[in-house]
Amino acid sequence: MDVVSRNNVTVTGQTGAPVIMLAHGFGCDQNMWHLVVPVLAERFQVVLFDYVGSGRSDLTAWDQQRYGSLDGYATDVLEICSELELSDVVFVGHSVSAMVGVVAAAREPQRFGKLVMVAPSPCYIDDPRTDYVGGFSAADIDELLESLDSNYLGWAAAMAPVIMGNPDRPELGQELTNSFCATDPGMAAVFARTTFLSDSRSELASVRVPTLVLECAQDAIAPREVGAFVHAAVPGSRLVTLEATGHCPQLSAPQATAREISAFAGAAR
Amino acid sequence: MCGTTDGESDRADRSAHDKDQDQEPGREQDKDSDASGDDVHDAERAQFSALLEDSAEDLYDNAPCGYLSTLLDGRIAKVNTTLLDWLGHTRAELVGRKRFSDLLTVGGRLYHETHFAPLLAMQGQVSGIALELKAADGSRLPVLVTSVVKTGTDGQPLLIRTTVFDARDRRAYEQELLRARKEAERAQEVAEAERMRLHQVLAILQNSLLPPALPEVPGMEAAAYYHTASADQLGGDFYDLFALGDGRWGFFLGDVCGKGPEAAAVTSLIRYTLRAASLHAGDPAQALDTLNAALLERYTGNDPRYCTTIAGTLTPRGGDLHVTVASGGHPPALLLRADGTAHYLPTPGGMLVGIMPRPHFTPATTVLRPGDTMLLYTDGLTEARTADGPRYSEEALHAFAGTLAPAGAQQTVNAMTGLLESFGDGLDDDTALLALGIPAPDTHTGGAR
Repeated sequence: MDVVSRNNVTVTGQTGAPVIMLAHGFGCDQNMWHLVVPVLAERFQVVLFDYVGSGRSDLTAWDQQRYGSLDGYATDVLEICSELELSDVVFVGHSVSAMVGVVAAAREPQRFGKLVMVAPSPCYIDDPRTDYVGGFSAADIDELLESLDSNYLGWAAAMAPVIMGNPDRPELGQELTNSFCATDPGMAAVFARTTFLSDSRSELASVRVPTLVLECAQDAIAPREVGAFVHAAVPGSRLVTLEATGHCPQLSAPQATAREISAFAGAAR
Repeated sequence: MCGTTDGESDRADRSAHDKDQDQEPGREQDKDSDASGDDVHDAERAQFSALLEDSAEDLYDNAPCGYLSTLLDGRIAKVNTTLLDWLGHTRAELVGRKRFSDLLTVGGRLYHETHFAPLLAMQGQVSGIALELKAADGSRLPVLVTSVVKTGTDGQPLLIRTTVFDARDRRAYEQELLRARKEAERAQEVAEAERMRLHQVLAILQNSLLPPALPEVPGMEAAAYYHTASADQLGGDFYDLFALGDGRWGFFLGDVCGKGPEAAAVTSLIRYTLRAASLHAGDPAQALDTLNAALLERYTGNDPRYCTTIAGTLTPRGGDLHVTVASGGHPPALLLRADGTAHYLPTPGGMLVGIMPRPHFTPATTVLRPGDTMLLYTDGLTEARTADGPRYSEEALHAFAGTLAPAGAQQTVNAMTGLLESFGDGLDDDTALLALGIPAPDTHTGGAR
């Protein structure tokens, strides 16, 4: 299966214009960006995709080992860049994807022109050794995995055939509640662990491209302290605090989010 | 029911009234009695009204489920008494001070931020999400949460309405189901791993019973194929090709009765016995005599083990190969001649090897010339079920070989492999093929397995 189908890659906007690649975080898929895409598409070519294991990606391409590290997700990004022959990309990564962007840019710097880190956190777990406050403990992450489990109780049986496009059971074809962003619970659990148990703090200093850190004023997952940490660690980065609540400014404050991304992406380097 | 609205008490009243009418006996038959019926309804309606005189406020506050309204940034704007009682909070502690996600466990908050809130923003509603609320005393309350975004007339979202159902019993049951499913998944993983391990061991054992590769024989082409019917079972077919010295070569192919580890042990004994015996025997029949004696000696009493075998020698003479074979109850070798004909090399009447103390094995000889190929096979081939139903047969194989000849050893094995594949599930036994031939003058290809 080719990369475009594997990662459900969508390309929209202005052909030949500078490329903005929007990468979703843990919990959903490219649908997360639907409110900012129309704005960005006026000036840029916009590339959207689902990581393998999320959204409408090809779940048969899932590999527990590969997607058990941020490097595996970065490989998805680089393979898409290679397939579409992209360079000088403005990579916009939400949440964990901000760090995926850092990893990808370190591996193939020539692909990336700028980074936008939306509600990033390089490490979600507190680290008393270095007085780092990520906001969570390992036990909290176990609780999240329990939440995943209890809400996916019926997933494997009910959703899998829909996602897989199984025509033998048409009764499952109808739109299911909460079907947006539904994915295989086993894969979601691996993504959750990778997201919340990774520590990428030391990699922030490797960033060599102009970087915008977009944080929310009220974010229960990536608090202001973490935004400040990222801003201080990424050389020459810009920090913008959006008057937004929650972890997903592209949904709660789409206009402001799109405006900031657009202004940063369009500015001369 | 939890959709408390201003008109609720009125609706409840009306529906009770309607229901009553439906059940009224004799109503269809006697329309004149409507007036007296209305009197009854009025009386009952008054009774219901008395019961349902509670206001919308009361219905909201004391509904059998938690109810809360939050602003778009999550701050709690309104909460009902039921939910406050469950959580042990006062209204003043929550309204305007806390966000909905503050009521959740930390893990639940992560889930809320990464799944619930985005879904709500995209769909306008989210239903039946399992979360845990933290009560004031630190206890946890498993709940099922449904939220709807209330929009203004211009379609802009105004606030979020959320209902909260007590899900303690349900959650306990679900956790039991989940635990059972996880156990089942783990057991399946273990079983699968064991099966893989078994397959690996079997594959290694199976390979150890066959030559790793056929030797390169000068002036000759050799090819072989082994079909394993089941990855769970060791097969009982075997073959070999080996040097006898002085430019002569020995070969054999056979089929041990039975399958599995016992058959594999017999196969191992047969292979090494036949190789050794062939070095010293004057002819293949003598080698089979030795094998017969070894099997009788090893497998006595109530565990007889036997096989069918065709064994032979190849002696080069002036570009030709003189072939001597002996058969112990094995299907005859098939000769594909350079002139395009095919025929069997008959070896009738040979006994099974390992049954009788004084056996009789049937010898035969032939000469292979350039372009000739001799095919040895086990009965998995001739006894495979065809798509039409009947088993394949020596006659059918003969006819097939007739269309194939002339063909080199590898070409013959390839064609036979294709034939085997065409049987699909009809091929239910292990099958071994060994082809030996002299390449036609213009088509020399090396020996391969």
